[in-house]
Amino acid sequence: MVSTQPNQSPKALIVLRNVSKRYRRGLETIDVLSQVNLDIDAGEFVAFMGPSGSGKTTLLNLIGGLDVPDNGSIIIAGEEITGFSDSMLTAWRARHVGFVFQLYNLIPVLTAYQNVELPLLLTRLNKKSRKKHVETALSIVGLNDRMHHYPRQLSGGQEQRVAIARAIVSDPTFLLCDEPTGDLDRASANDILDLLQRLVSDYKKTVLMVTHDPMAAGKANAILHLDKGKLNSVSKGLATS
Amino acid sequence: MAIPIKYNLLSIKERWTSTLVAVLSIAGVVAVFIAVLAMAQGFRKTLVASGSPGNALVLRGGASSEMESAVTLEQVKIIGDAPGVARDDTGQPLISPEVVVIAAFPLRSTGTDANVQIRGVSEKALKVRTFVDIVDGKFFSPGLPELVVGINARDNYSGFDLGSTVSFGGRSWRVVGIMASNGSSFDSEMWCDAVVLNQTYKRPENIFQSVTVSLISPDQLEAFKNTLTSDPRLTVSAISERSYYEKQSIMVFTLIEILGFLIASVMGIGAMFGAINTMYSAVSARTREIATLRAIGFRGGTIVASFMLEAVIIAVCGGILGTIIILPIHGNMASTMNWQTFSHLSFAFMITPAIIFQGLGFAAGVGFLGGLFPAYRAARIPVATALRQL
Repeated sequence: MVSTQPNQSPKALIVLRNVSKRYRRGLETIDVLSQVNLDIDAGEFVAFMGPSGSGKTTLLNLIGGLDVPDNGSIIIAGEEITGFSDSMLTAWRARHVGFVFQLYNLIPVLTAYQNVELPLLLTRLNKKSRKKHVETALSIVGLNDRMHHYPRQLSGGQEQRVAIARAIVSDPTFLLCDEPTGDLDRASANDILDLLQRLVSDYKKTVLMVTHDPMAAGKANAILHLDKGKLNSVSKGLATS
Repeated sequence: MAIPIKYNLLSIKERWTSTLVAVLSIAGVVAVFIAVLAMAQGFRKTLVASGSPGNALVLRGGASSEMESAVTLEQVKIIGDAPGVARDDTGQPLISPEVVVIAAFPLRSTGTDANVQIRGVSEKALKVRTFVDIVDGKFFSPGLPELVVGINARDNYSGFDLGSTVSFGGRSWRVVGIMASNGSSFDSEMWCDAVVLNQTYKRPENIFQSVTVSLISPDQLEAFKNTLTSDPRLTVSAISERSYYEKQSIMVFTLIEILGFLIASVMGIGAMFGAINTMYSAVSARTREIATLRAIGFRGGTIVASFMLEAVIIAVCGGILGTIIILPIHGNMASTMNWQTFSHLSFAFMITPAIIFQGLGFAAGVGFLGGLFPAYRAARIPVATALRQL
């Protein structure tokens, strides 16, 4: 279930209460997010849509612990992260968040295998266990045969699949995808969206995705619309608007 | 856990042009640094090699060098009778009363005059300093104006080839022998009969400047010193010959070292800016990568360590290159003024493992300081903004 009203879901994985975020540009103060409330249950595939500057990416960054709100609280899996220090947030991200970016953000000098292995270097897993995890993640995204290729030797769609493998390899609590199909052709975009759907349906992952593309958003279980820093509506899902 | 070192190595390879600039600048600094230290080390080794561990040098009490000292013939005899002094087959003490003068001769390389130390010795000098060999010709004959020339003096000055005649002190001298002393300062000297040298310079014939004494064994030195200092007829002090030459080397050695460190430091600052520039450009080019690593969960400290490591790797590569570039000077001859004797001293550059480690350590230091600010900047990159950077 996805809801933009407070206290809607007692079992919610992701809970935002009265979250606000402002930026200062010179003397001007811009309210990027204003009093946002949100409940997302585990296993949801949620798309955030809205015009540029509506606060989609800021919301994703706050949920992903890359930024901190000026007001309000963010509770993920029962843990309030709002008061975390930078180093606590860093450690928390390693455990709970898998990131997928529009430009893939793979390390160009590392192979697909080494890129996917990166999050596991932050765990206590030994080399053998890491290898097993990496191979599993790459097989889920269908790139086992490309594990020793460098990003420059892969197509855009393949690069994004490696990025998704990197995001899921440490079995995070949820995935945050910022315009994951924004740099891909339609066919590759569809492959990526199908893969994300499969992660939700087959592997019970929770996926939050920012997109401008209505077709991409259409693959999600719920679509949240942001405008001028406010969550205005939920479409397609089960929740209220 | 740390970011894999492969990431740094491959990133260095990826940006090889800017890396090369930093490597070359650090290589230049390390080469100069090692060259200066090798010079100081060579100078020191040459002087220290002049002193035999089993020899004592006797000077007038309070004199710090032969130039300031005077020992009378009567004192020489008393010294020769002291216990602990080695004796030859005929029972004569192995001592060499000596005098030194400075004379200027033209250098082969420039034609300009430079000072040579001329040492008047006894006929026992070769028995007292067993490491000195006559490699060509013969030893001088007592009472004759004959010279035995050190190989470096022969090579550096005009007119000292075997059989030639040279003039100094108002008389002519014939070069009758060439000596080699295992790389010590005697290679830069000329030896002749002490009595003839005193006569030539109109000095009292019964006054010498030092007495080099061969002891039965090095551990006899303390007893020998005590004997001399407790004898009321003597106003002399004894010191191990090796210590004497070691002390002589300190002033110039320290001067060269300080100068070397100063030059290397100034150049090092320049190279450090090169490293800073390289690392800043590395951070700038990899902003999104760094932000991605931070987003994944790598801590700021890990990022700092990774970039510091990268800077140190680049600098040490420069250090290794600088060492390789400068290594061929090892053994090459140079000469400088010995400020204790005011004469020119030839010596060989000497690159030791310790100097190489110092050079590499210096390079690592330059890399460490050069990487500090860029690494800190890398760790402070605003992750959310940098993730979307094109």
